[in-house]
Amino acid sequence: MSLNSADIKRIAHLARIEVSDTEAEATLTKLTGILGLIEQMQAVDTKGIIPMSHSQDVTQRLREDVVTETNQRELFQSIAPAVEGGLYLVPKVIE
Amino acid sequence: MINKSLKQLGAMLQGKEISSVELTQEFLKRIDRLNPEINAFITLDKDKTLAQAKHADSLLAAGKGTALTGLPIGQKDIFVAKGWRTTCGSKMLETFIGPYDADIIERFDGVGAVNLGKTNMDEFAMGSSNETSYFGKVQNPWDRSRVPGGSSGGSAAAVAARLCAAATGTDTGGSIRQPASLCGLSGLKPTYGLASRFGMIAFASSLDQSGPMAKSCEDMALMMNVLTGFDKRDSTSLNREKEDYTRDLSKPLAGLKVGLPKEYFAEGLGADVAKVVHEAIAEYKKLGAEMVDISLPNTQLSIPVYYVLAPAEASSNLSRFDGVRYGHRAKEYGDLMDMYCKSRAEGFGAEVKRRILIGTYVLSAGYYDAYYLKAQQIRRLIAQDFENAFKQCDIIMGPTAPSTAFKAGEKADDPVAMYLQDIYTIAVNLAGLPGMSIPAGFAPSEDGKRLPVGLQIIGNYFDEARMLNAGHAYQQVTDWHTQMPEGIE
Repeated sequence: MSLNSADIKRIAHLARIEVSDTEAEATLTKLTGILGLIEQMQAVDTKGIIPMSHSQDVTQRLREDVVTETNQRELFQSIAPAVEGGLYLVPKVIE
Repeated sequence: MINKSLKQLGAMLQGKEISSVELTQEFLKRIDRLNPEINAFITLDKDKTLAQAKHADSLLAAGKGTALTGLPIGQKDIFVAKGWRTTCGSKMLETFIGPYDADIIERFDGVGAVNLGKTNMDEFAMGSSNETSYFGKVQNPWDRSRVPGGSSGGSAAAVAARLCAAATGTDTGGSIRQPASLCGLSGLKPTYGLASRFGMIAFASSLDQSGPMAKSCEDMALMMNVLTGFDKRDSTSLNREKEDYTRDLSKPLAGLKVGLPKEYFAEGLGADVAKVVHEAIAEYKKLGAEMVDISLPNTQLSIPVYYVLAPAEASSNLSRFDGVRYGHRAKEYGDLMDMYCKSRAEGFGAEVKRRILIGTYVLSAGYYDAYYLKAQQIRRLIAQDFENAFKQCDIIMGPTAPSTAFKAGEKADDPVAMYLQDIYTIAVNLAGLPGMSIPAGFAPSEDGKRLPVGLQIIGNYFDEARMLNAGHAYQQVTDWHTQMPEGIE
């Protein structure tokens, strides 16, 4: 499937990355090359093959439902871009 | 002294011939002198490093030293370390100070090893040349105009230039083995699940695995004893009994069946690399190994499959960088959406953005079956290729990379050409198998430099001890792994 630069802008929006029109054009060329590489897969008959999500046949472990982590809010917020009164600051989302 | 192995330096520490502080200062002095050009380290913290060395000396004095106590190790800047700036090679994390220790860091600290500094890498481990690092490219010590490989290019250059005794790396599609090959050192990616991913900044979680980068297989075995082991904080960590990876180092190789995949010697492999790899294979025959012709028919498909699965997982993993809890936030923005979009546009470099976009596209509505599901089905075919091959042989050998180190800038503008660097390494990650690269000789460049060539050894699941045995036996009869680049004295 071939992409155009409007597709690039739509995908970039889904990925929450701002791209300018010029960047979208440049990205289009590179992405088209990579998607061309990926297209090789379509020639393979994969009917009936179980997808492999993990290299080892393992199941998720369960543990007791007990508290294992202590509160480290101050430590973790010390590296945040903007905090106030123990809260993370973001632009207003509710009028 | 700079060319001594971990094993030899460890013996000097135990024998009180030198202290850890003296040894560490020696390497720090070398870094001061050589790192401004080579750029193998992003962050140094001499106070922290020397405090660890002092602690190691007290352990040694009390007779509590073990194999790695007091030895200075470079840590790839993908591992979060408490109090250390941890950037993952990205502007996104330029000022990020680790609030906790990765499992790997804890394990090295726990045996009294010394964290010498955080090594340079491709941004978020996405690259094969170390040119995508926000903190500048890294020089290959064998030819400063060439790349060290990637993504663990800083670790590889640091070991090659003897700026540290050994280093850690991570490997998602070849990121330990390819730079080890291009810089003339030994590097091992363990079986998926043996080393914990806790605190290792995630790229593609079903493929990421950390491992040792050192001068010899014996040194890698010592590091494997430290860096592997169950960790309940990593949901894919395997709960197995601890192994001693040094146990089989000195076993004879007579009767070892070595598989040579015809696809690894086909079109695309440089003639200069092929020659060196064939000479290494001849050496193995002398050591008593038997060669078996095998086939891994789906090798060519490993690159397309990888460039669906790895970006898909990356696009999900890197969604955590939102400019809210940590990492870069744009200075100017409008609403919340604008803040996300601008912070991520400024914080990520071009290659990282490309991979996020590919991943977002292949996971977007209507395309999942055609791309992601299809890739996971072919992934099984690739794993089955290896399963069939290991019915005929004990280990597999071939080249690590199709070429020797290339010039900086040569492939920087052509992602597809760059991706082909990993043609012989990626399938190993997709199958979850262990793979390693060891120095096998040199090929001359057109301008007369000696460029290292790596031999790749792929093992069956959990067969690292046998791979290290095969590598060690070769390193007993060859000296490629002890040779040093010129101009680093």
